[in-house]
Amino acid sequence: MNQLWIPFAAAGAVFVGAAIIFGADWDTPPVDSVQIGYRGSGMVQVLDREDQAALKVANAVLEPAYQPDPAGPRANEVYQNVQVLGHLSEDEFNELMFDITQWVSPVEGCNYCHNPDDLASDEVYTKVVSRRMLQMTQHINEDWQPHVAQTGVTCYTCHRGQTLPANVWAKDSGPGEKGRAVGWRGGQNIVNKLAANTSLPTDALESYLLGEKNIRVHSLTALPDGTNKNTVKETEESWALMMHMSESLGVGCITCHNTRAFNDWDQSPTQRVTAWHGIRLTRDLNNAFMTPMEPVFPANRKGPEGDVFKVSCNTCHNGVQKPMYGASMLENYVKSLGTQTERGVPDFNLWKEGETKVLAPTNTSSLAPASGAEEKALASAD
Amino acid sequence: MEYQNIFTQIQVRGPVEAGIPLPRGDDERIGKPIYNKLAGWMGYAQIGPIYLGFLGTASLIAGTIWFVIVGMNMLASVGWDPIQFIRQLFWLALEPPPAKYGLGIPPLNEGGWYIISSVFLLAAVLMWWARVYIRARALGLGTHVFWAFGSAIFLFLCLGLFRPLMMGSWAEAVPYGIFPHLDWTAAFSIRYGNLYYNPFHCLSIAFLYGSVLLFAMHAATILAVTRYGGEREVEQITDRGTASERAALFWRWTMGFNATMESIHRWAWWFAVLTPITGGIGILLTGTVVDNWYLWGMKHGLVAPLPDLWPTVVDPAIGG
Repeated sequence: MNQLWIPFAAAGAVFVGAAIIFGADWDTPPVDSVQIGYRGSGMVQVLDREDQAALKVANAVLEPAYQPDPAGPRANEVYQNVQVLGHLSEDEFNELMFDITQWVSPVEGCNYCHNPDDLASDEVYTKVVSRRMLQMTQHINEDWQPHVAQTGVTCYTCHRGQTLPANVWAKDSGPGEKGRAVGWRGGQNIVNKLAANTSLPTDALESYLLGEKNIRVHSLTALPDGTNKNTVKETEESWALMMHMSESLGVGCITCHNTRAFNDWDQSPTQRVTAWHGIRLTRDLNNAFMTPMEPVFPANRKGPEGDVFKVSCNTCHNGVQKPMYGASMLENYVKSLGTQTERGVPDFNLWKEGETKVLAPTNTSSLAPASGAEEKALASAD
Repeated sequence: MEYQNIFTQIQVRGPVEAGIPLPRGDDERIGKPIYNKLAGWMGYAQIGPIYLGFLGTASLIAGTIWFVIVGMNMLASVGWDPIQFIRQLFWLALEPPPAKYGLGIPPLNEGGWYIISSVFLLAAVLMWWARVYIRARALGLGTHVFWAFGSAIFLFLCLGLFRPLMMGSWAEAVPYGIFPHLDWTAAFSIRYGNLYYNPFHCLSIAFLYGSVLLFAMHAATILAVTRYGGEREVEQITDRGTASERAALFWRWTMGFNATMESIHRWAWWFAVLTPITGGIGILLTGTVVDNWYLWGMKHGLVAPLPDLWPTVVDPAIGG
């Protein structure tokens, strides 16, 4: 009986050993390493060959169904209620509709957005949303070239054959923290799936990719001059955003920073400038496109706190530094998705499911999201 | 060959030892002593009796209260879900109050529990420290362990008490959680421009690694001369035998200098004690006296210059 501890200890050791070997997400060798910075600075990107092979398959581009004829009558002459793509030829328009179906709803088909009895009608919420998404794609490709360059984006960059892109986010304050006397964790200290499974602050995307909270926490003087009020907590939140970016792009800190002085632009690779624009691009998309569409999204297309799903770095990047490994799908769709054709925004509060035939843009609308008070006032006026 | 084993080969069994009689006023030792073979492999085979007394008992109670407050807050932070408590245990923490409360008393559910639990933790640690002193004196020992433990407590107090007081905010304290306190440590370095360039951080690391090196050198030397009675180190301080001679010769031959049976322990003690003392000083200077250690290092020639590999990169917030 005195030896009973031996099988227990052995079982424990086997369990812990198995958990370490199989529980952790190890990259098995070999890995490829690419030197980015000056020797000795440790700026080396490590890429696992198996992960890269899987990502290359997942990030293959799709070709257009066929080469459409650019001649002939315009789409807005042939069809009703074509607000954004009316400048295309009928053939170009139909080809694009076919490709969008492959990109976004290959299983659900045309009827995911259209009423099959009245293709022109705006009564299905997805049609209203997808029109706004077309405007968004044009906006990114025309106005955000500091981030997307000539490569640009298409619907497929995010959607990848799914009606809801795989990597979106919504507000989520998590368990606890709701009016109890115990259990405060300061907006952090649970598994943060949006920040590489760290215990870092969970509202980082809300702060930086929806709000405009200052990301920079460093002092620019060696000695304290009383101006920098940032504490370790602000640093952790900023760091959470950085972990999100790192994880979204499948890169390390060193892709944008010399980690000996994170804040110093003079030692930063050029990718940091691209990323700086990317943060502002994402913020712009969430505030100008996603949030204002809240009235049309049904409950199952909203997060646990009732806000619309939003864009993060990972929505486009999907784990790769250059989405689709830098291949441009836009080059086949420059005419349709390359420039903005209709900048007007409709009043989404006016839309009614199954009723609204045409949701036309209001000329007075701005890109700024309506405040909650205005939304309530409009809703009650109905 | 008997000596060349990581485990102690010989276990002596005899009547269990209760220890010397205690002075009047002391409590009784607790527990009936037993022999344990596993313990005998690692150290001495006898387990117990233990002396708790007032300080030991009070310290354990205070420490348990801290532990339970932290644990219950962790459990509440996942909505009292025991499965999530276990799954996310390493992620959970009791967080110090936000900066807006400064050194004031925050509401219970906004860091109040952190302050309360910290009082118990402080009491537990200080009482255990006092107990180490009193037990050492009761046995007629020097107080070296007491002071060594004190150096660790100094670092603990720098992080959780002195620096928050100097910065004027309890928010500067460290969260009680496994990953969260590690995240805090890394974020602390990031916020203050890389602790790598903090000279007291450098010193602390030098003493830490030095402690490890000394430990390995000393332990290896003694094990190597055990076959000549070298494990009777203390006797050999005054009555140097062949083990001591051989050990000394070995080091004089290999590196030209050797410690003595006595001085090696002073080396080890000071290296160990200076690790948290220098570390604590580095913590106290951070944010109070220096706000960006990288820039401080630039000013004082600590930073190696690098060629500008990306001359076109300009801060887009100002460069336009």
